[in-house]
Amino acid sequence: MISTRPTNQIMPGFWRHILRHFRVGIAFIILFALLGITVSLNERFFTPPVITSTANQSMTLVFAGMAQTTVVITGGIDLSVGPIISLSNSLASSMFTEPDNPLNIIGVVMIVLVVASLAGLVNGLIVVYGRLQPIIVTLATASIYSGIALFLRPQPGGYVPDVYGDLLTRRVAQILPETLFGEEPTGIAAFFQSLLNHIPASVILLLVVLIVVWIPFRRSQLGMWVYAIGSNEGAAYMSGVNVKLAKISAYVLGGFFAGIAGLFLTAQTLSGDATTGTVFTLQSIAVVVLGGTSLFGGSGGIAGTIAGAVALRLIPTILFFARVNPLQQPLWEGVVILLAVAAGASRIFTVRSRLDTMR
Amino acid sequence: MENTQKNSLFSRFSNMDRENRSVVISYSMIVVLIIFCSIFITPNFASPTFLTQQLRIASFLGIIAAGQMAVILTGNIDLSIPWTLNLSAVVATSIMAGQDSNLPLGIAVALGVGLLVGLVNGIGVAYLRVPSMVLTLGVNAVLKGITVVYTGSAPQFQQTPELLSKAATEVLFGFLPISVIVWGVVSLIHYLVLSRSGLGRKTYAVGNNEIVAYLSGIKTPRVLIMVFMLSGVLNALAGLLLAGNAGRSFNEMGDPYMLPAIAAVVVGGTSILGGSGKYVGTIAGVIIVRLLDGALNIVQVPPAAKDITFGLVILVMLFLYGRGEKVRE
Repeated sequence: MISTRPTNQIMPGFWRHILRHFRVGIAFIILFALLGITVSLNERFFTPPVITSTANQSMTLVFAGMAQTTVVITGGIDLSVGPIISLSNSLASSMFTEPDNPLNIIGVVMIVLVVASLAGLVNGLIVVYGRLQPIIVTLATASIYSGIALFLRPQPGGYVPDVYGDLLTRRVAQILPETLFGEEPTGIAAFFQSLLNHIPASVILLLVVLIVVWIPFRRSQLGMWVYAIGSNEGAAYMSGVNVKLAKISAYVLGGFFAGIAGLFLTAQTLSGDATTGTVFTLQSIAVVVLGGTSLFGGSGGIAGTIAGAVALRLIPTILFFARVNPLQQPLWEGVVILLAVAAGASRIFTVRSRLDTMR
Repeated sequence: MENTQKNSLFSRFSNMDRENRSVVISYSMIVVLIIFCSIFITPNFASPTFLTQQLRIASFLGIIAAGQMAVILTGNIDLSIPWTLNLSAVVATSIMAGQDSNLPLGIAVALGVGLLVGLVNGIGVAYLRVPSMVLTLGVNAVLKGITVVYTGSAPQFQQTPELLSKAATEVLFGFLPISVIVWGVVSLIHYLVLSRSGLGRKTYAVGNNEIVAYLSGIKTPRVLIMVFMLSGVLNALAGLLLAGNAGRSFNEMGDPYMLPAIAAVVVGGTSILGGSGKYVGTIAGVIIVRLLDGALNIVQVPPAAKDITFGLVILVMLFLYGRGEKVRE
């Protein structure tokens, strides 16, 4: 990671390293603390159904947060994450056909991912070649994408095959053919069956996306450029970074992740709704900040975002098990978000001069 | 002779700085919208009655946008609009309990809520240095929680006092809605403060370069707190009027106003990075957003077409105002 913070230049290597990962670390500390509280309140937490439902409840937000992260790393922001999710959801629910057909399902998934990536591409092209501020560009395109979603699906509904929903939201052992382990498995087979019974399919989906898409991108030159332009666009340009290409690719990747979020939401709700993604725009920003990615760009990453998203989704669960008055739940949720996000994003604790806190 | 005059007009336009040019463009846009709509949609569009109604509805957005504009001028943003507005309205309505005699108390409490929220936002941004986008987002979530707890025990669908409803809906002499007078007074003060007062100059200075402003002796935290309190109190005022307009206050009444308010400020030519923009432009931005909505309502296009048009118009306006500088340093 390239950082131009003056604080880093005066610190020895070890502390520099700690500070650099400090904020991402906070996200994981919060996550583990909340997990601990959840487990202590609900001893049945580590049973397969509870793990799966927790994972499923978090997964759309995880992907939405990943979409926001790639853009925020460049120093931009994407207010169209929610609408792209709605668009993907509306598009998918309009294209599935009865009777269920594997080719149809694969085709729908492909088309949705292409359309979502195109939406990201449009954002990137306008930001880069229009030389306009990302927040305003994506505010405008958000309106356009919502409109297209509403055009595709004026009323909630549509058809989504059950098998598609099962594939993404059940446990791995439930998806595999029952004959795989035999009638009553023993020894190593029993161990694997039990293991797979505890792993939600959505987690496999996340791992596949990380291994196939994010990690190769992050390790490529393009991935390094994305961090470089977020850290200091002018310096990156002077060092020969292809700023335009890197920026556009971040927006395309953001659109792609938002598309996956939309596809997962579709599997979860088994229907289409043109307004279903709206809430994810602001939530994705909260999750990114909670995950330790700086809104000014150039630092942070996906790992913190994932921890932040799961942590955020655990809060309602904890409040439920703690028997907090349902009326007060939004308040406590808000207080926790405000404190976590403000503590993570506050720049007063990590600088030596108050000038450093100003842009 | 006529030709040279045109040339000089054009050259005057092209020699303008971005701020003034965007004001000219945005007001031209209003004229174009009215002419276009009265030719292609309905001749009634240019009628005084219709435009008066549009102005009346625009005044609510206008008051919110005024506060948002001041915040954006400092390079920040206030995303706590919806529930600041909502909480103030809900608290005020339940305190007034439909009685005209309680109106002053209700107004005072509502504005107090707005000021308090603004103070919290301002302190968080100015002293704790939390990015405003994140902080106000969090504050908005907390305010939502407070509102839900509050309305859980109080009758939220209570009627607003008749006087408040009158203030929001009545049109004086057939052409002057009271809410537009309120918007006008707010605008006049806002304009004078921004363009004629020290605070106004400091606001622009902080938006241009906070470090330079701080080093030149401006108490930048105070400026930030002031603009956030201004935004808070104006949200509360808009909340009161919106409650009066609907005859009651209800949860999520503020949600439809956040993005249009930001859009209006930007369409009015204020730079989202802060430091540049004129308040007269923001007024034009509010009117454009309102007329666009009104026009699309008349032709009864599906909501889908409305959203798409809205987005396209923002993009077109941004391109008309000119692109940013190339990165070269």
